[in-house]
Amino acid sequence: MHAKAQPLKIAILAMGGEGGGVLADWIVDLGEHNGHIAQTTSVPGVAQRTGATIYYVELFPAAAAEQAGAAPVLALMPLPGDVDIVLASELMEAGRAVQRGLVTPDRTTLIASTHRVYAIAEKIAMGDGRADDATLLALAQAAARRFVGYDMAQAAEQSGSVISAVIFGSLAGTGLLPFTRAQFEATIGRGGVGVKPSLKAFGAAFEHASHLAPTTSAKASAAVALPRSPHPEVQALIERAAKAFEGAALTIVLEGLRRLVDYQDPAYAALYLDRLDKVRAVVRGGELTLEVARHLALWMSYEDTIRVADLKTRGSRFERVRDEVKAAPGQMLSINEYMHPRLQEIADTMPAGLGRWLLASGTPRRWVERLASKGRVVRTSSLRGYLMLTFLAGLRRWRRSTLRFVHENGRIEAWLAEIHHVSDSDPALATEIARCQRLVKGYGDTHERGLRNYALLRSAWQRGGPRMTATLLAELRQAALADEHGKALATALQQHALA
Amino acid sequence: MAERSFVEEVKKLRLGQGQVFHGEGILAVTKALLESGVAYVAGYQGAPISHLMDVLADAQDILADHGIHFENSASEATAAATLAASVNYPLRGAATFKSTVGTNVASDALANLASGGVTGGALIIVGEDYGEGSSIMQERSHAFAMKSQIWLLDPRPNLPSIVQAVKDGFDLSEASHTPVMLQLRIRACHVHGQFTTSANRRPAYTLREAMENPRRDTSRIVLPPASFLHEKEKVQQRWPAAVKFIQERGLNEFFSEQDDDIGVIVQGGTYNTLVRVLERLGVADVFGRTRIPLYVMNVAYPVIDAEVLRFCEGKRAVLLVEEGQPNFIEQNIASILRSGGSTTALHGKDMLPMAGEYTASEVLAGARSFLQRYGRLAASTTVTAPSEPFEIAATTVQARPPGFCTGCPERPIFTAMKLVERELGEHHVSADIGCHLFSILPPFNLGNTTMGYGLGSAGAAALNVKADKRAISVMGDGGFWHNGLTSGIANAVFNRSDNLTIVVDNSYTSATGGQDILSSAAANPTRSTGHAIEKAVRGVGVEWVRTVEHTYDLARMKAALKDALTSKQSGPKVVIARSECMLNKQRREKPIVRQAVAAGKRVVRERFGIDADTCTGDHSCIRLSGCPSLTIKPNPDPLRTDPVAAVIDSCVGCGLCGEVAHAAVLCPSFYKAQIVSNPTAWDRLGELVRGKVIGWLQARGAARRARFAF
Repeated sequence: MHAKAQPLKIAILAMGGEGGGVLADWIVDLGEHNGHIAQTTSVPGVAQRTGATIYYVELFPAAAAEQAGAAPVLALMPLPGDVDIVLASELMEAGRAVQRGLVTPDRTTLIASTHRVYAIAEKIAMGDGRADDATLLALAQAAARRFVGYDMAQAAEQSGSVISAVIFGSLAGTGLLPFTRAQFEATIGRGGVGVKPSLKAFGAAFEHASHLAPTTSAKASAAVALPRSPHPEVQALIERAAKAFEGAALTIVLEGLRRLVDYQDPAYAALYLDRLDKVRAVVRGGELTLEVARHLALWMSYEDTIRVADLKTRGSRFERVRDEVKAAPGQMLSINEYMHPRLQEIADTMPAGLGRWLLASGTPRRWVERLASKGRVVRTSSLRGYLMLTFLAGLRRWRRSTLRFVHENGRIEAWLAEIHHVSDSDPALATEIARCQRLVKGYGDTHERGLRNYALLRSAWQRGGPRMTATLLAELRQAALADEHGKALATALQQHALA
Repeated sequence: MAERSFVEEVKKLRLGQGQVFHGEGILAVTKALLESGVAYVAGYQGAPISHLMDVLADAQDILADHGIHFENSASEATAAATLAASVNYPLRGAATFKSTVGTNVASDALANLASGGVTGGALIIVGEDYGEGSSIMQERSHAFAMKSQIWLLDPRPNLPSIVQAVKDGFDLSEASHTPVMLQLRIRACHVHGQFTTSANRRPAYTLREAMENPRRDTSRIVLPPASFLHEKEKVQQRWPAAVKFIQERGLNEFFSEQDDDIGVIVQGGTYNTLVRVLERLGVADVFGRTRIPLYVMNVAYPVIDAEVLRFCEGKRAVLLVEEGQPNFIEQNIASILRSGGSTTALHGKDMLPMAGEYTASEVLAGARSFLQRYGRLAASTTVTAPSEPFEIAATTVQARPPGFCTGCPERPIFTAMKLVERELGEHHVSADIGCHLFSILPPFNLGNTTMGYGLGSAGAAALNVKADKRAISVMGDGGFWHNGLTSGIANAVFNRSDNLTIVVDNSYTSATGGQDILSSAAANPTRSTGHAIEKAVRGVGVEWVRTVEHTYDLARMKAALKDALTSKQSGPKVVIARSECMLNKQRREKPIVRQAVAAGKRVVRERFGIDADTCTGDHSCIRLSGCPSLTIKPNPDPLRTDPVAAVIDSCVGCGLCGEVAHAAVLCPSFYKAQIVSNPTAWDRLGELVRGKVIGWLQARGAARRARFAF
């Protein structure tokens, strides 16, 4: 009893406010103006507020209905395994379509943007909570009969339009619907809003989708090309690094050098190589060297007020902000920083003796504390703000005498000594100790929390003895990054009788 | 002013005889009301029927032309009680709300209405918020229809059937002197389709006539002895009248009734899903021409005994497709078959899931097992791909729960609560219904219970004893006016509570689509707005009231909350947090700003940004915000792997990011950019001078770094 004509079944997966509704309306309008009976429906509800939502469209040729003398009964929701086209406005939504069984290898064409809009769980992780893009892409490719995927958000931005226009263009480009390009474009015209940029985005997407070759991701790993510096001292450092390291480790060490000459001076970068040499004396190559090289560079370039002021005042930064906020040539831009230096940061920036005195003092300490109780907004683009920050950045010359430097230097030396100590007997554990630097980051409260967690882990590996293994330390580090209040870490430490 | 404007759609309400209407289901209902000669419409907004309210609000001139009165009711109870106008007078009236939550609120009025019965047609249009996309408890409106004996229509989800159901509903109501409930599922409300219109009808009898010629009939009022008579009248007169009308008008439909000795009974609302499934199984075609007999119950209640017996006559077995639980219809049909001496086997929840939405896959599985059981399908028939062809880890495809919009003024309230929590410890938080309920989700994770709209404060009523901490309640402005003023605030005054209630005043009922309410700030040409919540709160006797006018001011927000939680003064504490819903604000302001820029006026646009080179990727800022515009991106630093925070283009510059950075002492990575369009000559002069000095210093710094760079 199968009638020959079948509805075309299209599911659209989008996030609330991402234009899924516009896209569905376009497809309906396109169908209705070109000899089709169209039906669409959705369940927006609370998902309108940033949640994931599905729109479902069916198109049926009016001529077939006329011939049969009956109206088709169109469905209000997709049946898994019975969908011709799935449009997804983002990569994880494409994954969701696969998860829901809407994309099947026997018939579904999946048209999806490959950019990511991160889910809240990915965003709030204290470290890296992102889903793996490659897994999602592989999933989309494996599940679909045909996968048309590229960064449509970027394409939309390039044509000054919205992603729905790019998806609509890609849909037209695949030639899956029985409508001409002109019919598609007429639909956008009838919409009446932002027609010109939409048509531009549509056109580019149409071309792109109709000539899209299967995506390949062959990344050849080339040998490290050695950079050159006109400065003899820096050049000597580069050559010294090249002699001692190779491959991935060399890449990291060169980045470390680049960071540290920028952060302080060539002498400081030389100290970096000296420190690395000590570790290298024990283990050559391997993961440990790489991790120490990475984390040592990061620790030595700890973020103090001097560094922040330096980065904030650079000309390249002003350019970047202009670009990021999309200030047009005729527009003026002012930049306001949100800073909250507290007593601690002020003392940290002082010469060590003075800083210690201030922290231990009575009235001066309270006075500074009161002064620093509120955050301040510094307008870097004003003369006053700029000069103040430039002055701060200029304290770089005396950084080695600051209280903060003394503290950080002590921690770095202790950390290196422990890596050194362990690396002989258990290089894997030493690698994990190196990685614990990752816990110490941020500013203010965040930095204090990081230090606290680091101290807890440190006493754990010191007291753990033979029970402390690389796996356990990695697990504890994950626990430290699981929540802000240290609950997971406390539980984990207790569980292993290390608390 | 509602979130969506229906100015274009409203024109469709004027279509005359024989024209074709294209549009959404719920708008078709609105048109059907006009074609039915309705005299008044009342309702309370809520998905999926908000658009019905919005379109009527935008159609005031058309309503006036047709002599129709439209009320934005204070609550669903008000809307249902409004139907009292149809008790004594031959006035057709309709009330609409979200169900079952709205029906819960309305049930007192509905029960009174149904007891005395009606003279003019009374139609209750409920948007059944059940299944995917629903935001409420999963229950059935069906129970209300049964308990109050209100007839329940559940039409096939296509526009002609829905429109016809509205018209039949009024006729049925008048023929049986009983209110009629029209139930539309979410997808049916939002379905886009077509139907051929009829001419609009002015009401035959007007409200003015009723007011000027009052009629009274004590026997229609619910007080003994009339109430005892009402119950008898329901079963002895109104029910038989309804059954007769339903049969004569043929409201329920039979398809291929005699074609087989098995059949399927289905609620009208699930018909399309069933037909698609039968088509996939090869026993029907795309036009719904089926080999398996179907009995489509467009009237879900009452069940018509004679029709059920007629359909089952000579059939070995029938399958009942009844969504939701308890399985009222199945129980009813089982009883009819048993009493009627029928031997037909009845299947239903044995082959279909007991609970949950009847999705296409569920109905497919149920229909397949039914057809296989009776040999209409080979046992091996599979139609679609296996349902779980790909193993997908939960970390790969993560949930994307709803959250506060970009720049939402409610977000800083919860940020402040988080910060106060750091100082005073965790508190019991009684949540309410509205956008603010998103606080229970990440990143805020605040809220212990929610007991219903406007009941945030009431939900903490028992936690009113001497303790070292106070309970916190949250209530929206919508819930406040709906009932929270009395059920929560006045209740707290009367019972001498010391607890804190935070009233979130964003000028609209935002979660339902931004409709105006009493305290809305904007002038509304047809409604009275501008009534301050603080006045009402003080009016019922609260002495400790603090209004925070700009919720983004975290320091003040925090101070108000902390004071309320630590104040020595006894009696309820109320903090009113006022800032306009950003969605509505942007919709209003964006075009104005665009025009101003085009006209060459000086306009300052603000937005936030993050310096990736100072961000260390801890994401504390996101954990205190959750703004969609505050996200993460890959770390541009080759030494780091954790993604950095980033502000994307959708940022509206609400200011919270900066406030959080200050209040929580987070990090100096945030900056606020002010972009000035059409700067004045004075602006340009200043820029020139600053540019020279700053440019020179920057060039000097760059030159120094360039010496070492490689």
